[in-house]
Amino acid sequence: MSLFAASDIGIRFGGIRAVEGVSFDVRQGEVFSIIGPNGAGKTTIFNLISRIYQPSQGSLHFDGQDITRVPAHRVAGLGIARTFQNIELFANASVLQNLLIGRHRHARVGMLAQLGFLPSVRRAEIEHRARVEDVIAFLGLQRHRDQLIANLPYGVRKVIELGRALCTEPKLLLLDEPSSGLNVEETEEMAFWIEDIKKDLGITIIMVEHDMKLVHAVSDRVMALNQGRVLALGTSAEVQGDPEVIRAYIGGEP
Amino acid sequence: MRAIFKTRYEQDLTLWRSPAGALCYALLLAALLLVPAVLGEFYVGELAGLFVFAIAGVGLMLLTGYTGLISLGHAAFLGIGAYTNAILLARGVPFVLTLPAAGLLAGLAGVAIGVPTLRMSGLYLAIATLAFGSIVGTVLQKWDSVTGGFDGFAVKTPSILGVEIAGATGTYYLSLVVLVFVLWLVMNLLRAPMGRAFVAIRDSEISAQSMGIHLALYKAIAFGLSAGITGLAGALFAHYVRYLAPDSFDILLSIQLVTIVFIGGLGSLHGAIFGAMFMRLLPQAIALVRDDLPFGLGRMPGLEPSLFGLILVLVILFEPTGINGRWLKLKRYVGEFPLHRRVGFRRQKSYARSERLR
Ligand SMILES: Nc1ncnc2c1ncn2[C@@H]1O[C@H](COP(=O)(O)OP(=O)(O)O)[C@@H](O)[C@H]1O
Ligand SMILES: [Mg+2]
Repeated sequence: MSLFAASDIGIRFGGIRAVEGVSFDVRQGEVFSIIGPNGAGKTTIFNLISRIYQPSQGSLHFDGQDITRVPAHRVAGLGIARTFQNIELFANASVLQNLLIGRHRHARVGMLAQLGFLPSVRRAEIEHRARVEDVIAFLGLQRHRDQLIANLPYGVRKVIELGRALCTEPKLLLLDEPSSGLNVEETEEMAFWIEDIKKDLGITIIMVEHDMKLVHAVSDRVMALNQGRVLALGTSAEVQGDPEVIRAYIGGEP
Repeated sequence: MRAIFKTRYEQDLTLWRSPAGALCYALLLAALLLVPAVLGEFYVGELAGLFVFAIAGVGLMLLTGYTGLISLGHAAFLGIGAYTNAILLARGVPFVLTLPAAGLLAGLAGVAIGVPTLRMSGLYLAIATLAFGSIVGTVLQKWDSVTGGFDGFAVKTPSILGVEIAGATGTYYLSLVVLVFVLWLVMNLLRAPMGRAFVAIRDSEISAQSMGIHLALYKAIAFGLSAGITGLAGALFAHYVRYLAPDSFDILLSIQLVTIVFIGGLGSLHGAIFGAMFMRLLPQAIALVRDDLPFGLGRMPGLEPSLFGLILVLVILFEPTGINGRWLKLKRYVGEFPLHRRVGFRRQKSYARSERLR
């Protein structure tokens, strides 16, 4: 049973066909990786799924629902969370606040109750905090809890962005280049977390990634993309051995 | 250096960072309550004015400092609040109703200006709000039958439950109560989901949206709340000046409000208060040295606005965290003395100027 399906999606920016006729489905509980050279359209696919871009063709289905026309701010509520290629954290807020914003989709209290900070708000806040602390413990972020994002190193920010996405308690997690900018140890740690997120939390993952070692280690299936089109789709070994894929990566004509 | 050891989540939900902090604020409040018994009429009046501007500063801080939206038209909300209050009072409506009405009407006007400008940011938003401010200013001048036109009118003394709140002392206590109330509301909001959503919008709209925050809705709410608080300040402003004339609510006043939040320090309620103190003290300081300035500089027209402008630019260039940032550094310096490290006091490059209002 597939959790997510893209059918024949495409988008154009002016004359550029950034994504064209891409179809794939993602099964419940798998890690599905998208690879491809720079400018292949990987991030654009994520932006289409998070509804930041409107596809000019095709449809998106998630969890038995057509989400092609859902507004961007509803996507989190459906159970889709994401990270960004160039980290989009709330830089002048603390780690704790960032993670709590991840709880926004679970916020149920009204504005007047919040203005008076009524007991219902206090109870809800403590509940959110407990969930956030679970994520902090899971990712080992305890010592950064009260620090400002702007004062933290890149590698830590990357983990916090992952944590913020987990705080939304998603069914589907979109990771855009989770290892970019990380050193070897940090990348290995990221691989373990991705495994844990899949196995322990049961969250389905779509990952865009350049590091083929990481892709090979964690992916159930891989889709290779070039110039907005699907080149190959299969297991990691199949895709890496595909002559079209090799050609696209080496860049030359046959 | 003190470290606070926390054992319960509730400790992060308090209004004060520590019991000692709570005590400081309680002492400050007690001192403020005693002020009219000690100081003369003039100083009490000036402090009341300071409170009024601090309330407006808190209102604009919510919008600019916490949600990252600029407004160059906030004098309009001050004006709407002032006129709503004064006009309703003149028609015999009791003050306990005219004050909330002033906040409410200004708040609705805020939502009305917020909605069409939702897609704007930075310079475009600045210009749109500037235009809105001048439209309201013009309406106040031309709508003589209601506002008394250019001549203006005297504001009726308010009374609560039959007790007149007269003179500088009355306005002083009234403004103090409203300031404390507004601070309490905003501090509540900032530790609740809505305040976090504002901060999220300020720092990254795209990820705020991906976290499920409805940008348009929250920006409209931020505008409404900010304008509503400024409207309350306007109602009190009417009693502070006692005589309303439409030209009080011009672009210069809007710029003064912006100066409060920038000089005080964006993203801090302390900043709003510090900024208001600075804004009220500078004219007094100028008055003191006016006659001693060389080349007749002191009698030059426009000295005050130019000085405001100059200081605003210097603060944005050299101390983007404003007076509050200075204050925090000073507190740390004293707390860590003599173990402070110089590097800790350098400005963080990451809070780059160009990013602040994006
Ligand atoms: N908002 C946009 N406006 C114009 N062109 C865009 C936009 N977003 C992406 N593109 C173009 O679409 C193509 C794919 O980009 P992207 O999805 O970011 O690639 P990558 O696979 O490296 O993530 C590129 O040619 C890029 O220039
Ligand atoms: Mg990309």
